[in-house]
Amino acid sequence: MSGPLLEIRNLTVSFRTEDGLVRAVDDVSLTLNEGETLGIVGESGSGKSVTMMSVMRLITDPNAQFGGQVLYKGSDLMALSQDQIRSIRGAGIGMIFQDPMTSLNPVYKVGWQIEEQIREHENVSKQAARARVIDLLTAVGIPNARERVDAYPHQFSGGMRQRVMIAMAVSCNPDVLIADEPTTALDVTIQAQILSLIKKLREDFGTAVVLITHDMGVVADMADRIAVMYAGRIVEQGSRRDLFYGPQHPYTWGLLGSIARLDRPRPRRLSAIPGVPPSLIRLPAGCAFADRCGHRFERCSERPELLDRVGNGHLDACHLTIEQKQEVRDRTIHPELVEEKP
Amino acid sequence: MTDGEAAESGTELPVLDAGPQVAAGDLLLRAEHVKKYFPIRSGILVQREIAQVHAVDDISFELRAGETLGLVGESGCGKSTLARCVARLHDLTSGSVIFEGTDISAYSRRQLRPVRRELQMVFQDPYASLNPRKRVGQIIADPLRIHRAGSRDQIRHRVAELLELVGLSPEHVNRYPHEFSGGQRQRIGVARALALKPKLVIADEPVSALDVSIRAQVINLLDDLQDELGLTYIVIAHDLGVVRHVSDRIAVMYLGKIVEISPAEELYQRPVHPYTEALLSAVPIPDPDLSASTQHIVLEGDVPSPISPPTGCRFHPRCRYATEICTTDEPPLVQHGSPGHVAACHHPLNAELPSATADMVGSADGFRPATTAT
Repeated sequence: MSGPLLEIRNLTVSFRTEDGLVRAVDDVSLTLNEGETLGIVGESGSGKSVTMMSVMRLITDPNAQFGGQVLYKGSDLMALSQDQIRSIRGAGIGMIFQDPMTSLNPVYKVGWQIEEQIREHENVSKQAARARVIDLLTAVGIPNARERVDAYPHQFSGGMRQRVMIAMAVSCNPDVLIADEPTTALDVTIQAQILSLIKKLREDFGTAVVLITHDMGVVADMADRIAVMYAGRIVEQGSRRDLFYGPQHPYTWGLLGSIARLDRPRPRRLSAIPGVPPSLIRLPAGCAFADRCGHRFERCSERPELLDRVGNGHLDACHLTIEQKQEVRDRTIHPELVEEKP
Repeated sequence: MTDGEAAESGTELPVLDAGPQVAAGDLLLRAEHVKKYFPIRSGILVQREIAQVHAVDDISFELRAGETLGLVGESGCGKSTLARCVARLHDLTSGSVIFEGTDISAYSRRQLRPVRRELQMVFQDPYASLNPRKRVGQIIADPLRIHRAGSRDQIRHRVAELLELVGLSPEHVNRYPHEFSGGQRQRIGVARALALKPKLVIADEPVSALDVSIRAQVINLLDDLQDELGLTYIVIAHDLGVVRHVSDRIAVMYLGKIVEISPAEELYQRPVHPYTEALLSAVPIPDPDLSASTQHIVLEGDVPSPISPPTGCRFHPRCRYATEICTTDEPPLVQHGSPGHVAACHHPLNAELPSATADMVGSADGFRPATTAT
């Protein structure tokens, strides 16, 4: 099949509230190719979760307004009826949520919860479904799956619950797996387990993955391409190498510079991004990041388009010229290099 | 703020400069064999104790004035319980906490009052740790009022001073917590902790609830305040990058025990305990090439239950170096490498070769082939 597996075209999501219209996602376009892992990075409120929830049509708020298209294998998900979308959810596109404590139903056995999904999408007997659930639980690394299939969610640890969620998400062999902060609620050693599990599933089944996270370290390890979101828009998008070794947007520089990293000498100070993200109700007319940006100039009052300014498919939404960027970038990303301060 | 200047001389709160001064480098706090077990009770009429959670099990450490001790470990390892024991928010099961030369472990609430002035906490969740019905001014003034630190005017000026100190505007006194962002709320929490000019501030996951870009702001603030006010910190965090950035020394905890204490940089360069090694290698590296060329040790299984911790070394069921002795004998904390670097392990890593890199044999990860340099 040619063309992308999943294509988001000019998606806009806004919510009517008492205070005004909240533009949660503003003109976002993304593509996901077969077998690829796309990382979406951003802070809370940047619209990364809302984007993917809209793809799954999981936003049922009557005050939500949608615009744009989501093409999955050529059909527009935004135009489907609820019945039609149900046949794609779980079967074509699986999803893992952030909090494994709240995304499983506490009053049903975990095995039953996975079985339900299989039986919804496929015409299989209860016994066959149950056998498959046991296989799935074994595949995601749950020891003694034959017995654990009859356990309740509270009898599992956080990491094990996330494994159950993953088993559920991949139970019908989806082509696309959307993982929304799959490891944020977990400890680092458990995070490493879950990430390597996702990698293994990706290799075994060729599943394409959309990985939503705020952790630059996680996307550096997992993603082929990365989109950085800020205030509802994509501000930068490129291959993993381009994004880490030649980031083009000052917000990305700020994100990279504000991490206390283990792989570099300890800087005297971290280069924090000053201020807070803007309110999504009153977004500035120009660049949304301008207020917090140290490199702002007159043109920033115009909204920068997401364009390929480098010339290799690496998109960014910043008015600075490439020369200007090169000059200031390293100082922001490598706070350990700017130690001498009177 | 002409008003503020006029009262400048009056801002010295009478109560706050009491107490002996501790010079930087002097011993400020010592914990000796601290144990905290929580009972598990069962029964309908008669609640019998059926088991105990060994949250903190025989921990000793020292803290010198002006330094920052980082406490790392996974959730459930007892790091918060230890901090609460030190702050005497919990009663100890046994052991002692010696603060400024006096044993406070058996102090009553009344006796603890003057100690609380010197020893304050910053909590994890800035949304839950501030009373939503109180104005920011009241929240920060509360400790001053409770300790009768001065007149109303003096307290008002101190609050304005504190707001400025943590990077907020003094005009914010009449706002409610919900009007602030997460980072700003954490600043309010810090201002409240500093109100009584404490010597020791215990920060329990001060930045983990905050967004990445805001985290750096709060870390830098804590750093600046330490320089400015000569504070001593105990910083608890599960983010090893954050801990390395703020700490002078780091204690690694696993299942109620300290398994390694080390000067900060040395811990990252030469981890001695296999758990420390695994913990460090599990941190994702925001550099694709480096990440691909690094061996990631993936620990199998979960942390065992602290109700019945494993015998011998508590880490042995998940440890890839474990041998017979690890299952039976509990290793003591022994010095490895430079002074102040102790670890509890029968098979210490990096112990002899100061500059050797970790000897990493095959990946413990069952799913992924060993990653190699590209």
